[in-house]
Amino acid sequence: MARVVINAPKSAKRGEVIEIKTLAGHAMETGFRRTQTGELIARDIITQLVCTYNGVEVFRAELHPAMAANPLIAFTTVATESGTLEFKWTGDNGYAVTQSAPITVV
Amino acid sequence: MLSAGEIPLAERRSGYEFMSRETRAMQDDEATGPALFSLFDGEALWNRKAGQAGVACASCHGSMKGVAVRYPKVESGRAVNLEQQINVCRTARQNAPPWAYESRELLALTAYVARESRGMPIGIEWNGATAPFLAAGREAFNRRQGQLNLSCAQCHDDNWGRRLAGSVIPQAHPTGYPIYRLEWEALGSLQRRLRNCLTGIRAETPPYGASALVDLELFLMWRANGMRLETPAVRP
Repeated sequence: MARVVINAPKSAKRGEVIEIKTLAGHAMETGFRRTQTGELIARDIITQLVCTYNGVEVFRAELHPAMAANPLIAFTTVATESGTLEFKWTGDNGYAVTQSAPITVV
Repeated sequence: MLSAGEIPLAERRSGYEFMSRETRAMQDDEATGPALFSLFDGEALWNRKAGQAGVACASCHGSMKGVAVRYPKVESGRAVNLEQQINVCRTARQNAPPWAYESRELLALTAYVARESRGMPIGIEWNGATAPFLAAGREAFNRRQGQLNLSCAQCHDDNWGRRLAGSVIPQAHPTGYPIYRLEWEALGSLQRRLRNCLTGIRAETPPYGASALVDLELFLMWRANGMRLETPAVRP
């Protein structure tokens, strides 16, 4: 159930600072919790989000066990040229999601 | 109909108003709100054919606008909340097994249905049919219980706005259920919240779906009459 939502402007003026919001549906199991019988629940988190803008990395975040479930990550970048914003989440247990959002710069 | 201690409409304040700026921003941001995935699930469940009857919710129902602000409802001699009504439909119309209370599916569909009434004022009537259940709910609200010997009213009518440990005591208006509660990191029902409070005062917690909880839900909704629905609200 790898689901993500990206909220980024579809078009922007050249040089404009744009805000990008990303939401990933993930339980972010910390690895510190135990079941009622005392067994440790294995860690299962998203560890990294990387955003590239036409192949150039503009944002990178490392996530750790203290992050809440369904992490919302918002950041800004400068609209330089038309193209594609590509987002890549990676995490435990082979979690890997890639999604892109086109942007037109006028 | 207002008894001493109950809060007049002009002074009714949603839990939203007691929240931090950051938590309010989460609720206001519908495009990336934390309950978004549940709403997607709810929409899918609404349109999916289920059960031996092979019908979807959407096969019978059109818009559900204004439905959630009138629940819980009194039907065949008991108060029924929105979750229970969904399960009534599932068993009676779709011929499908009911969903467990607090299951992901039931919460998602409830949130999806209630979302359609977002912004509408809550309107529960105190009439012949609802009176016995509302009275039972009011009695429960004002009854001291648990090892701490507290009633709901002592905190939420008499001391709202003051602090209990580090948290502000809200007025206990159920304006945004099911809510995404940050403490739960998930969507949860009003009954889950009520059971939390009952545990907090070291009282017995009725099981999910118990009529004692539904009556209390009904009373709380009546007590919040005129307030706008915020489903799915975000709460700390």
